[in-house]
Amino acid sequence: MRLVILDNYDLASEWAAKYICNRIIQFKPGQDRYFTLGLPTGSTPLGCYKKLIEYHKNGDLSFKYVKTFNMDEYVGLPRNHPESYHSYMWNNFFKHIDIDPNNAHILDGNAADLQAECDAFEKKIKEAGGIDLFVGEGIGPDGHIAFNEPGSSLVSRTRLKTLAMDTILANAKYFDGDLSKVPTMALTVGVGTVMDAREVMILITGAHKAFALYKAIEEGVNHMWTVSAFQQHPRTIFVCDEDATLELRVKTVKYFKGLMHVHNKLVDPLYSMKEGD
Amino acid sequence: ISPAQSAALGHVLQFTNCRLLRGGTLLREDLWVREGRVLDPEKLFFDERRLADKQKDCGGCILAPGFIDVQINAAGGFGVDFSQATEDVGSGVALVARKILSHGVTAFCPTLVTSPPEVYHKVLPQIPVKRGGPHGAGVIGVHLEGPFISRQKRGAHPEAYVRSFEANAFHDVLATYGSLDNVCILTLAPELGRSHEVIQELTARGIRVSLGHSVADLRTAEDAMQSGATFITHLFNAMLPFHHRDPGIVGLLTSDQVPPGRHIFYGMIADGIHTNPAALRIAHRAHPQGLVLVTDAIPALGLGNGRHTLGQQVVEVDGLSAYVAGTKTLCGSIAPMDVCVRHFLQTTGCSVESALESASLHPAQLLGLEKHKGTLDFGADADFVVLDDALHVQATYISGELVWQAEMARQ
Repeated sequence: MRLVILDNYDLASEWAAKYICNRIIQFKPGQDRYFTLGLPTGSTPLGCYKKLIEYHKNGDLSFKYVKTFNMDEYVGLPRNHPESYHSYMWNNFFKHIDIDPNNAHILDGNAADLQAECDAFEKKIKEAGGIDLFVGEGIGPDGHIAFNEPGSSLVSRTRLKTLAMDTILANAKYFDGDLSKVPTMALTVGVGTVMDAREVMILITGAHKAFALYKAIEEGVNHMWTVSAFQQHPRTIFVCDEDATLELRVKTVKYFKGLMHVHNKLVDPLYSMKEGD
Repeated sequence: ISPAQSAALGHVLQFTNCRLLRGGTLLREDLWVREGRVLDPEKLFFDERRLADKQKDCGGCILAPGFIDVQINAAGGFGVDFSQATEDVGSGVALVARKILSHGVTAFCPTLVTSPPEVYHKVLPQIPVKRGGPHGAGVIGVHLEGPFISRQKRGAHPEAYVRSFEANAFHDVLATYGSLDNVCILTLAPELGRSHEVIQELTARGIRVSLGHSVADLRTAEDAMQSGATFITHLFNAMLPFHHRDPGIVGLLTSDQVPPGRHIFYGMIADGIHTNPAALRIAHRAHPQGLVLVTDAIPALGLGNGRHTLGQQVVEVDGLSAYVAGTKTLCGSIAPMDVCVRHFLQTTGCSVESALESASLHPAQLLGLEKHKGTLDFGADADFVVLDDALHVQATYISGELVWQAEMARQ
């Protein structure tokens, strides 16, 4: 694993965005060669999305040959509800960039047959050649990845999940603090689905995630902290701010901070799609 | 929805690099248009999986809903006078409709001042409701300002034709005008006998009743409002002045007799002449949601200094002022709508959003058209004006089509 530690949220978001940018550009995507990206929602990746939009608006990065697959979506929430993940992705990302709408895949939480929708999603990922880089986030205070709540199988696939009370409480703030309005079920990619990606990048910022991060990387692989599954993935990057490392051992933090000069080579130089670069 | 079905729905236009007036704020959003209406791009993206067919960079400008002028006399100038019984009122209206595009006005109510019945009978059928387009701003309906007004407060209206409806109430109204088919606003003085019947009948027919050219006290004005009146014609002008023991019509702005769920709208001519800036500010601060900017422009608009005709009167134009020839009586204004908007902004110190809404959203609300006009919400008609930061009109669009463009912008 690479543990990339930046001083604060903004710097962590920027590092992550630069990394994604470089990966896409170095891949040299084109008509027959799409870069596939797994994408998260929530408050953590907002800064990263803003930076990516900035690179796009500057002409440095195009999403024309990028295919995206979002991690999850609520069940039963109208697609145009302001809190649906479709709305989130449109407002915070898609409307600002040049991605082909046919290449932006999000699970449909209002599908008639939810399991069929999940199976179809897995199939789309396979048809796209698998995911080059899956960006995950938040992990929540219980260390879950996507909506794979504690107890989810570490080899699970895309499926319907009932949300844990912790998650519902955490989401209440987006629904006027009214618990009865918060969706209780969601469609989510499985831990196994994300593990299949060629590379995984998890964004973790804030002191309230610190304990989950500790459980995820300093303790064993455990289905109660599903993010720990990535200890067994060949290419995982955890991008954090200082606050998220508060529960880690000083030794761990010092070691990875000492490697920052190596990590930074991944984002510096920052490539551009402009002519002559 | 299949690609074929999507294509059949029409060409999609995306206006980028702009700030939209939406929901009372200026947002950094693109404006998407299809088949003359504002489109929801999120639905387009997820349902039809489609991008815009064409993009237009708006150079960082403000995109506001097209202005709506509910009081513009006899052609608002350019030498055309609606109130003259001419054979070709139609082309007069058309000339005005085209000229006001450059002021950012995309829809208007041609106004007829007090005139003899023959004039109404002849002229009204020649001013039908009409959609706007490259030919000119849309005609929403006629604004009849008179003749059922106060003799004392007639202003520039000819005394000979002022009348009442005491005898036969609504029958008198119909006999005077001939037909009310093309009418959408009617200004009258509520102190005239049997006005309640008339106001109720007009309101039942969907015509907005406005109080003006009147000596009504507040009580009378409130009763009129309860009967259905929803507008005040050029507040302060041609009515009793505000008095602290009887605010008169002006008192409607803060009246507690307003029927629930409604509020009164009032026209203001913000040309710097009809109303002292301090008075404009008092009205705005008392009731900003009801303020409707109107030009009350007269035929002399755009014709320069000198003598011109307005209805049955002769007027004298000097700069931005127009008086009944040989008197000090103001008669209409010659400031175009965009000048009024800028002057209003500067005088009241209000927000840009507020100034723009006073010329677009509020008149639309007055007329009950706010779903399609005066707004850039999804589904509304794509009638909008492109403005620079100082609110100068750069371009005007009706149904998503460019209908006017400033010289500079063309280059």
